[in-house]
Amino acid sequence: MNEKTKNRVVITGMGIVCPLGNDIPTMWDNILNCRSGMNKTTIFDASTYPTKFCCEVKNYDITKFTKNPDLHKDGNRHSKFVVGAASQACKQAKIDVETENPKDGIDRRRIGIYLGAGEGSVDNENFFNAIVQGWDDAAGTMDWNKWAAVAFGKMQPYRELEQEPNMPAAHVSMLTGARGVIRSCLTACAASTQAIGEAFKILQSGQADVMLAGGAHSMIHPLGVMGFNRLTALSTRNDSIETASRPFTASRDGFVIGEGAAIVILETLESAKKRGVEILAEVLGYGSSSDAFRVTDMHEDARGAVAALEAALKDAKVSYKDIDYVSTHGTSTSENDSIETLAIKKVFKEEAKNTPVSSVKSMMGHLIGAAGVAEMITCILAIRDNVLPPTANLNDPDPNLDLDYVPNKPRKAEVNIVLKESFGFGGQNNVVIIKRYKN
Amino acid sequence: MTSHKPVITGLGAVTPLGLSYQDLWSGLCQGKCGIGRITAFDPAGFTCQIAGQAPEFSIRDHVPKAIRKTTKLMSRDIELAVIAANEAFKDAGLITKAFDEQNININPERTAIILGAGLISCDLVELAPAVAKGITDGKFDIKKWGTYSIEAVTPLWLLKYLPNMLACHIGIIHDIQGMSNTITCAESAGLLAIAEAAQIIARGDANLALAGGGEAKVNAIVHLRQCLLNRATADYNDKPEKACRPFDADAKGSVFGEAAANVILENPENAKKRNAKIYAQIAGLGQSCSINAKYESLEPDGKGVQYAIEAALADAGIKPQQLDLIIPHGTGILADDTAEAKGIRQALGNATDSIPVFPTKSMTSNTGAAAGAVDIIAACCAIKDGIIPAAKNCENINKDCKLNIAKEQIKKKNNYVLCTSYTYGGQTAAIILKKYE
Repeated sequence: MNEKTKNRVVITGMGIVCPLGNDIPTMWDNILNCRSGMNKTTIFDASTYPTKFCCEVKNYDITKFTKNPDLHKDGNRHSKFVVGAASQACKQAKIDVETENPKDGIDRRRIGIYLGAGEGSVDNENFFNAIVQGWDDAAGTMDWNKWAAVAFGKMQPYRELEQEPNMPAAHVSMLTGARGVIRSCLTACAASTQAIGEAFKILQSGQADVMLAGGAHSMIHPLGVMGFNRLTALSTRNDSIETASRPFTASRDGFVIGEGAAIVILETLESAKKRGVEILAEVLGYGSSSDAFRVTDMHEDARGAVAALEAALKDAKVSYKDIDYVSTHGTSTSENDSIETLAIKKVFKEEAKNTPVSSVKSMMGHLIGAAGVAEMITCILAIRDNVLPPTANLNDPDPNLDLDYVPNKPRKAEVNIVLKESFGFGGQNNVVIIKRYKN
Repeated sequence: MTSHKPVITGLGAVTPLGLSYQDLWSGLCQGKCGIGRITAFDPAGFTCQIAGQAPEFSIRDHVPKAIRKTTKLMSRDIELAVIAANEAFKDAGLITKAFDEQNININPERTAIILGAGLISCDLVELAPAVAKGITDGKFDIKKWGTYSIEAVTPLWLLKYLPNMLACHIGIIHDIQGMSNTITCAESAGLLAIAEAAQIIARGDANLALAGGGEAKVNAIVHLRQCLLNRATADYNDKPEKACRPFDADAKGSVFGEAAANVILENPENAKKRNAKIYAQIAGLGQSCSINAKYESLEPDGKGVQYAIEAALADAGIKPQQLDLIIPHGTGILADDTAEAKGIRQALGNATDSIPVFPTKSMTSNTGAAAGAVDIIAACCAIKDGIIPAAKNCENINKDCKLNIAKEQIKKKNNYVLCTSYTYGGQTAAIILKKYE
């Protein structure tokens, strides 16, 4: 890409539906007060699971965000959440939604969507009962006719369709009328940071004027929680749910699964100026890499994470010395927090211990595919308010992890340039750097 | 995209027409059909009992010895993608860690991998013994499931079904450390992944990329989904070869299948420097969206397809009449075919009358996230060989589809080929390939 013709890209809107609240002010107030979004699992009966708690979205009402709730009625949880997040973000960025005649002056073919979105839950009762009917356990064989009788008799077309991971994007396009570059990706827990990064590049190169970027995911369902429990990735601290997510501590025992959706509006500076909308921050750089190491583990020397961090700094044309705050992936798993700390040390060198880093997953839980964008929003707010969001529950620091994790309470600080990093199963590493907007 | 329009230097495919891209192309040229009665499970209780299944293979024959163990973590989707990736790297003359660790000729950090993947549904037979431990009075019992079943599931179960594992396994096998993304836009995913890879190379973030898609749709619950949505034909169970009829008056639905198709995209300078053979160049990319309250179908006026094609033409800087061939998405679903044909005509105008149209799914079946990449391979071969194969199963064109279907094989120089994709959920894509000279 020709440096001279690259567009500057700014953020002009944001919206969130997450375990700490279904709008930006509520979520931010909860973070600055170190409140936990964790609860006993109510979405399904997890009472006999190794992990009986999670971080659920509470009291979400889609009718607050759309005039056409019927259009989204078949949507899975996360598709409904993303309608709320996109609607909030568009409102802030003054983009008209749900209208044939938008008056915001943006050509719909120049509005794109890039989501890091997850799959929907299976239709649990029918899914399992079809197997129950078809499976002969003694013989070890499936009678597909019996299975099909239940499946064709009980399963619903749209309930099945809505499991496809491109459905959240479908709901966002129906809401906004966006007709530009539309993509959805799923790179595990790094997906929505990747979506923001790629959306940034699409705008930089002039393929769109506005991108709704973000993610949506809910894996709080019987197969999702089972999968993570089998991987021993989840905290099993059933006796102290609210403090179970404790990144960078000696007693951390896994992540707490969350759910939600978040959207940021990325826009070329030219478009934002023309429309006269408020600019919340500028996107400076994006770096992405893969570990190519193991399916199960991060590279032991943090090779991929370091490569993504360095690529992002290079793309942003800033030095590690310029970074005021790092919003970590910080999952509260043994491996992630150690290797992430190692990566920061390798890249930030002598500045590593002087650079505040924190994990809001300690309060919000892990939104999986949607985690990166939800955390990116806390970065934008950190710049706006000159405050660092804390790492909650950091009472017994891991002696091997010795960065400034902003423990237990927010901190006033001058925050101008912020780095957001996300890592995913399979060795996916994504980093985005944003900056306070100045002319 | 203004500079560094990437070229395609390697092809790899596993499709119902065979385990190589040559099998795919010769099958398409000979009018072979890869669709038959489903053997992966007993389909008697399904409305549609046919699918496109790849020939048998053992994945262990396709991975280096050192990592055979990890094949246990590969779902069928991953296996297909791994085989197609091997072929694409080899075809491009690239030596990766998997082939010869001493003579590697790629730069792992400057190589990207961008694949389209589907919703990988779990293997029900694998899960069933665990489910059997969670039953009370003949019904599934979540409390028992939590107590007894969970521990009966293999510990790394989840990792088989994450869509990004296609790219991750290939990345590990070949040591690809650059950008890695997994596009999950269903039947548009393959083309969108190639579009993204092209953009990554164009903006200078990689020299080389493996791009394409893979999906195994011959799985009971995946197949059921298409049956419930009335997208899979129920009318041709006894005539599988005739079943998938894109743009034909007797089309009754699509036929689904499994495939993976990968291409090597490369910065032209990079390709020239190493004297790579060049199949084609990416001339233009277009992406848009169909908006329809019935979002399993394309909007009836085909606008999302039209917009994607218009954007691709503008990016390529060419006029509609310069196109030599269109490879459409063409599923055999009447309403979708009609809408796509409208979208094509709205974008290309009267030029539509003279441009041959060659749909592939009558032979390959609809392979979901792989479909667009399968078509890109067909387009590369059409450009290289100067051949447009004859369309199959389109004897009487649906009168609402005003397209110039290629009835007979045509031999001619193909300079520009347009491929289009759309999907349930709306995302549309168009890519124009150009003969590289």
